[in-house]
Amino acid sequence: MNLVINGNSMELGDEVSSVTMLLEHLGLAEKPLIIEHNQDILQKEHYRQVMLENGDTLEIVHFVGGG
Amino acid sequence: MSGTNRYHRQTLFEPIGETGQDRLMESHVLIVGAGALGSGSAEALVRAGIGKLTLIDRDYVEESNLQRQQLFSEQDAYEKLPKAIGAKNRLNDINSMVEVEAIIADAGADLLSELAPAIDLIIDATDNFDIRMLVNDISQKFEVPWIYGACVASYGMTFTIIPGQTPCLQCLQGYLPASGATCDSVGVIQPVVQHVVSYQVTEAMKLLTGNRAQISGKLIAFDLWKNEHMEMEIEKLKKPDCSSCSENRIYAHLSYGNQMKTTVMCGRDTVQIRPQHGIANLSKVAENLRSNKNLQLSWNPYLLSIQDENFRIVLFKDGRALIHGTMDEMEAKNVYYRYMG
Ligand SMILES: [Zn+2]
Repeated sequence: MNLVINGNSMELGDEVSSVTMLLEHLGLAEKPLIIEHNQDILQKEHYRQVMLENGDTLEIVHFVGGG
Repeated sequence: MSGTNRYHRQTLFEPIGETGQDRLMESHVLIVGAGALGSGSAEALVRAGIGKLTLIDRDYVEESNLQRQQLFSEQDAYEKLPKAIGAKNRLNDINSMVEVEAIIADAGADLLSELAPAIDLIIDATDNFDIRMLVNDISQKFEVPWIYGACVASYGMTFTIIPGQTPCLQCLQGYLPASGATCDSVGVIQPVVQHVVSYQVTEAMKLLTGNRAQISGKLIAFDLWKNEHMEMEIEKLKKPDCSSCSENRIYAHLSYGNQMKTTVMCGRDTVQIRPQHGIANLSKVAENLRSNKNLQLSWNPYLLSIQDENFRIVLFKDGRALIHGTMDEMEAKNVYYRYMG
């Protein structure tokens, strides 16, 4: 399965089927993030239900504190 | 200088024009923090000719600031000048027509509440979420927009928060790092500071010149090194029961934050102590400590620096102290009481 994450194309195994699994795969499971899936912002509570398909685009950002 | 030509290139820019320039010159902006982001925003807004700028900062200039904090010089670092003062000096040189108010203090609830009624816009240039949450409550309570900005390494982020319109920072709380978890030790490069500043100042110009329709409305994040740029519509994250911006608002962050407070300063091996009641008589403290031969004292009109075997204590007139050489809040308190009683 091919996903476009923050503009970069990424090849992933089909077992990475939900947003939660993707985050685990990327080592981001416990991080506070904001995620957009196909232009739609996701509530944290829904990460588990949102299923990924070939060609999906995701934007993943995290808040930082420095200034 | 006559000043007639000063803003010519800016007024030629059609969305601003003479009308926008007049509005800029009547506006009062508060910048919280005079470090990297604060220096950049302050210089840009002062060059652009805003009416009045208020700068709050609790720190003083050090050598390691010079790589990215554009208002400061080697001399400022040598003199340990408070950043608010160093910034004001430089800003006055750049544009003497702008009134610059420099406040050497921790941005607490009382101070911000006092300033807010006269402020048109707040620019976030702090390095921590505790103060941002306070700024967010102030913004909602006094209906003043604020522009979040932050950066670390080659990554930056910004979002404009408009009361009654966008989600606020409290709405996003579940998506923020836990308190104290933002101390990054990965450094930062100067261009990403400039990039965040560019967004913040442009958004400020839109707001102040009556071009609200042009406000981005999106959360913007980028990594200049990795060549990534993200923008997202986060309207859906506005919480109907938010404690800062909904009908059930309680401004929780304003109610505490005036007690004695210790704060570990990011990546600096330093703890700030802010006593409940401010004001320290610096010359008196220096006099009391002078007989102690194990201490090296140095001072300027704004602060007193005390060096002992293990720690350096910098005491400000408002009673605050920075204890360098520890990240342990208890240890810092002990050092504070040792010298300040
Ligand atoms: Zn809110």
